Amino acid sequence: MLRFLLRRVTLIIPTFVGVTFLSFMLIHLVPGDPIEVRVGEHGIAPERLAQLRHEFGLDQPLWQQFLTYEVQLAHGDLGVSVVTRDTVWNEFTTLFPATVELAVCAIIFAMVVGLPLGVIAAVRRGSAFDYGLMGLSVTGASMPIFWWGLMVILVFSVSLGWTPVSGRISDIYFVEPWSGFMLVDCWFADEAGACASAWGHLILPMIVLGTIPLATIARMTRSSMLEVLNEDYIRTARAKGLSVPRVVVVHALRNALIPVVTVIGLSVSSLLGGAILTETIFSWPGVGHWLVESIQRRDYPVLQGGTLLVAVLVILVNLGVDVTYSFLNPRIRR
Amino acid sequence: MSELSIQAAAPAIPGRLRLFWRSFAENRGAVLGLGIMVVLIVVAALADVIAPHSPIEQFRSHFLTPPIWEAGGDPAFLLGTDDVGRDMLSRLIYGARLSLIIGFSVASLSLVAGTILGLTAAFAGGMVDIVIMRVMDILLVFPSLLLAIVIVAILGPGLFNAMLAVVVVTLPGYTRLARASALSELARDYVTATRCAGAGSLRLMFDTVLPNCLAPLIVQVSLGFATAILDAAALGFLGLGAQPPTPEWGTMLSGSLQYYQRAWWVLAFPGFAILLTVMAFNLFGDGLRDALDPKLKR
Repeated sequence: MLRFLLRRVTLIIPTFVGVTFLSFMLIHLVPGDPIEVRVGEHGIAPERLAQLRHEFGLDQPLWQQFLTYEVQLAHGDLGVSVVTRDTVWNEFTTLFPATVELAVCAIIFAMVVGLPLGVIAAVRRGSAFDYGLMGLSVTGASMPIFWWGLMVILVFSVSLGWTPVSGRISDIYFVEPWSGFMLVDCWFADEAGACASAWGHLILPMIVLGTIPLATIARMTRSSMLEVLNEDYIRTARAKGLSVPRVVVVHALRNALIPVVTVIGLSVSSLLGGAILTETIFSWPGVGHWLVESIQRRDYPVLQGGTLLVAVLVILVNLGVDVTYSFLNPRIRR
Repeated sequence: MSELSIQAAAPAIPGRLRLFWRSFAENRGAVLGLGIMVVLIVVAALADVIAPHSPIEQFRSHFLTPPIWEAGGDPAFLLGTDDVGRDMLSRLIYGARLSLIIGFSVASLSLVAGTILGLTAAFAGGMVDIVIMRVMDILLVFPSLLLAIVIVAILGPGLFNAMLAVVVVTLPGYTRLARASALSELARDYVTATRCAGAGSLRLMFDTVLPNCLAPLIVQVSLGFATAILDAAALGFLGLGAQPPTPEWGTMLSGSLQYYQRAWWVLAFPGFAILLTVMAFNLFGDGLRDALDPKLKR
């Protein structure tokens, strides 16, 4: 086990260096001088530019600059936003809980709806329900979620007026942001309407971001269940006279879940990609919205640092999923 | 005489194409997808003939005209007009042409580049293999949309740059697939035999091994079409892809943001067109996989 862990961790080191190299190159490939990029649109005198170039070490060879950048990263220095003058790390940690809250709720929504649907479709294979669900699942998986989000807003917020259009909570509530997770903070804030307002703001983005995972989960659960339902031990369980629900849920689903859960774990990357669009549509103050805005403001240090942090996050989560999976399924540990 | 009678007695052996079609047609979703694709291709090819108006002509007296079945609809504009009086239907028709071109260029470019990279990795082995596959791993770490956004931020917004970005983002999938299937073919006897017969590396790569790796790659291309259209539309929506007044569906959606709350049709139609197209290619790709890959057959 220790050898597996060691090898797995060693393997991510080159990936890690490569990712930092890409993010290092970003600021050098963007048209214009990194200093000009850093001072923004205001422009700067040539003498001052040369002085600053020296100060920032931009007159050094590229490889030396890269080493300097790595050392900075090792100290947690990701640069400073051109627009707000706040450090990228500070901005990221402020906004990150909002993204986590949205993503976790979306995945929970997708699982709570998708797993039972997939199980029912597998048990009633070939029924109208099965065909209908598979049709819906292809539709869901093909969904342009930036359009889906707007349609949902149009119907539920604009026409029906059921939910607010954007943000995380209504302006009339002030909630002490001690955890950063709005639902948790509201729970402890002891304000009657705050929780309801937070949920009202969360529900549409949650459904929109959860749509594609929902389609994938329903489909995967169905095919995984179909495979398991053909196994001998299922026939044995039935032959023992156990009830159908017991066989399906206790014997089959438990085994069918392993591949499904792995896929959910490895979908963090696409979930964060979806969060970029969902947060933009719903003005959800998270990391995705922040990154899109950084492009519009030409705030390249934010784009650079934010992209790097997202990539590192994906690496770490994938590592976590791999390790967990190797605990559950020792066969892949060699 | 005896030869003739033997031929007559043997049951007709169906051709490969017919076998493929029989297996493909079993999947009704795939046939539906193919049908939608054919319609889209016809519409795109005949855009100049069937579109009632130019996609960028602005009718000053018809701002935000609703579709014909709504109160205030105008028979000249079947699906209504947008905020500067352009005909929605014509823009959608020309958008179909654009989307298919995007899907085709992106999918074929990443297929060619990915296949060459994957085959090179599989044939060269050693350091070359490690370097190519590590780079692909690094690209895969980024959420694909985020990576595409970063690339467009570097190259500058525009349809061409957005397409390049999507090519880079989809490249790892093709490379991994080509490498994996080439590696499994390389271990087979016929490759050794060809090598012993004196075939050079290039001939071995493209003439001997590649044809046998094609099935998974073809499936990947048809699914890649869907991804390419979706990602390019997402970039257009974020203002990083095709620029107005280009009738690209994602760009049309982004242009509708200011007033979609009072003119649902400027929002509903382009997005539905994206959904329908992406779904058609996904259904078709799933059907192809079932028909071409006997291992996955249900």
